[in-house]
Amino acid sequence: MSDQVRTAGQTTTPDGHSDLSGEPPEPLVGYYRQMALIRAFELRAAEMYTKAKIGGYCHLNLGEEATVVGLMAALCPTDYLFATYREHGYALARGVPAERVMAELFGKATGTSGGWGGSMHLFDADLRLLGGYGIVGGQIPLATGAALAISYRAEPGERAEAVMCLIGDGATNIGAFHESLNLAAIWHLPIVYVIVNNGLGMGTPVSASSAEPELYRRGCAYRMPGTRVDGNDVLAVRDAAAGALDRARSERRPSILEAVCYRLRGHSVVDPARYRTKEETDRLRSLDPLPQFRSQLITAGILDGEEASRIDTDAEQAVSAAVAFAEDSPFPGQDQLFARTYATPVPNTSTSLPGEPLDCGPDQSDRTG
Amino acid sequence: MTTLTYRQALHDTLRAEMLRDDNVLLMGEEIGVFEGSYKITAGLLAEFGPRRVKDTPICEEGFVGAAIGAAMLGLRPVVEIMTINFSLLAIDQIVNHAAKVHAMFGGQATVPLVIRTPGGGGQQLAATHSQNIEVYYAHMPGLKVVAPATPADAKGLLAAAIRDDDPVLVLENLALYNTKGDVSDDPYTLDIGRAAVMKQGRDITVISYSRGAVIALQVARRLEEEGISVEVIDLRSLRPLDRPAICASVRKTSRAIVLEDDWLSYGVGAEVAATIQEGAFDYLDAPVRRVAAAEVPLPYSKPLESAALPDAADLTKVIKETLDATRYPA
Ligand SMILES: Cc1ncc(C[n+]2csc(CCOP(=O)(O)OP(=O)(O)O)c2C)c(N)n1
Ligand SMILES: [Mg+2]
Repeated sequence: MSDQVRTAGQTTTPDGHSDLSGEPPEPLVGYYRQMALIRAFELRAAEMYTKAKIGGYCHLNLGEEATVVGLMAALCPTDYLFATYREHGYALARGVPAERVMAELFGKATGTSGGWGGSMHLFDADLRLLGGYGIVGGQIPLATGAALAISYRAEPGERAEAVMCLIGDGATNIGAFHESLNLAAIWHLPIVYVIVNNGLGMGTPVSASSAEPELYRRGCAYRMPGTRVDGNDVLAVRDAAAGALDRARSERRPSILEAVCYRLRGHSVVDPARYRTKEETDRLRSLDPLPQFRSQLITAGILDGEEASRIDTDAEQAVSAAVAFAEDSPFPGQDQLFARTYATPVPNTSTSLPGEPLDCGPDQSDRTG
Repeated sequence: MTTLTYRQALHDTLRAEMLRDDNVLLMGEEIGVFEGSYKITAGLLAEFGPRRVKDTPICEEGFVGAAIGAAMLGLRPVVEIMTINFSLLAIDQIVNHAAKVHAMFGGQATVPLVIRTPGGGGQQLAATHSQNIEVYYAHMPGLKVVAPATPADAKGLLAAAIRDDDPVLVLENLALYNTKGDVSDDPYTLDIGRAAVMKQGRDITVISYSRGAVIALQVARRLEEEGISVEVIDLRSLRPLDRPAICASVRKTSRAIVLEDDWLSYGVGAEVAATIQEGAFDYLDAPVRRVAAAEVPLPYSKPLESAALPDAADLTKVIKETLDATRYPA
């Protein structure tokens, strides 16, 4: 293996997890809290979808919680995040209140995108969450351009801004992924391309879609360093991401980070995942990062069972409150329909509803028929 | 007032906007060292350096997308796509991202992006390099599309596009780059979304844009000598479309023809004709005619290429047919 690419080395315990000793306990509990919140949120989102409270497509982070929380733990408030459509967890871990995420899923005016985006298009300008994107890989050139804007304006340094761009394993096959990696490499952009490798793009396994299935090596053609990390290990993910972000900030060197994780359910809420055998599903359940991290914390004496259960209950309650908030929130008013098309008003933009006459200007002539 | 070529007017406007605002940067293939395929950006790399004038590799989707992302962070990139044909490689980023980001994220982000790109056939560049596909973009809410016909409009519309907070496609035309016209030396912008009356007339309205508007004006001047009074409307903006200006003219002249370089079916003329029948139906003395490109992939061979593209003779013929059909002068 070249020194350009490697798998992340981590101090691990005999059962293969990051060693918790030496870690301050508070953040660890915080990570568990976030993972529990995401788990509870996603399960409830699935339920609300079947109750037709949520429309469109709805992709969940179930099983990916350790990756989500580890990545967000490495990101500074000044950094920018571009996500995919599978992003509820990222929004929550980035600090978007669960109320606003659920409200967006419900299509309400109080949602993160005012009801214009839905599950796939969460956005929070203040938290620098610059969108989820429903076009597979559409965010990759945008994130690259955001990194260009950073380097246009400011010098590199330990506290410089950087961009994290999330990419599914399936999305590494699109042309724009390769164009963007090339641009980031020749322009020395402060960006980390995180490949969230959950093994599948809908029903297609990585082995069938990618000629180089070790996805962290896909940057080799651009001499871009790549790292693979166990996405079920929240600390390993956090530390690998922090390292890549440091390189982006201080050296203006882009890199790839591949987090290997698993999707516990189907591609979206409506997918029964028949392409997976029962054995495979059972195996994935046994790898579920949530109970693993929970028992790790308990074994290390950082939480006792009661405290852990309280965190789970708190998460449930927070999600219930989010659902209630979303229920009670108004839909965006119809008067808002034409308010968002353009940021700079110009003459003659159409505001006709279906069936309404065109605006053809005042008829001042007296001629008729 | 100075007489400038369309090319020079574009160049000078880019330069003035870069001097005015450090957030304005240029991106595109061969715009720097090579000074632009059509030399619009000549000298700008030397003057502003590689930070402001960014040569890109050949990756339309990648660099247009990157420009959108940079715009979301507040830069004001002006991207050159060598010709509009190559914009097809970037159409996902233009249509699914530039046009959507503002609305889809509830107004939290803006995309102050300009895409400059020339269209136009007639240069013997064959089927893939001669297209007029501006309607692909004009169809798209969230985008603005302008198409200057004169050096003065090139200046005013490009400046407006750069200062606008939305993505604007500025359609240039290969056949216009060397055309000349008077341009005011003072800075100014023109309204995106407003058409111009290029020439007043009584008998018939010709509606066009870009190269077509220049041809329409030439034809109108010639017909004036024959006693036919043609009003010429230059749309200048394809999205938004100035429907009131179109209808006001047709309510006066009662006859209308659209001259367009794009293909006839589903083209600009179809939209304009539909507008006229809704906004000026009672005034029409003749069916609205469209003079548009023949519906074929454009051939290389000169006689065939010329036959396929609308020209002054085609327009003149249709003007006369329309007038004859209504027993002009009545
Ligand atoms: C350009 C495009 N093509 C196809 C789709 C349909 N689609 C949505 S998600 C998906 C699979 C993507 O897989 P991956 O990148 O691995 O992300 P994951 O869903 O596993 O998070 C496909 C094909 C799309 N949304 N956009
Ligand atoms: Mg996947």
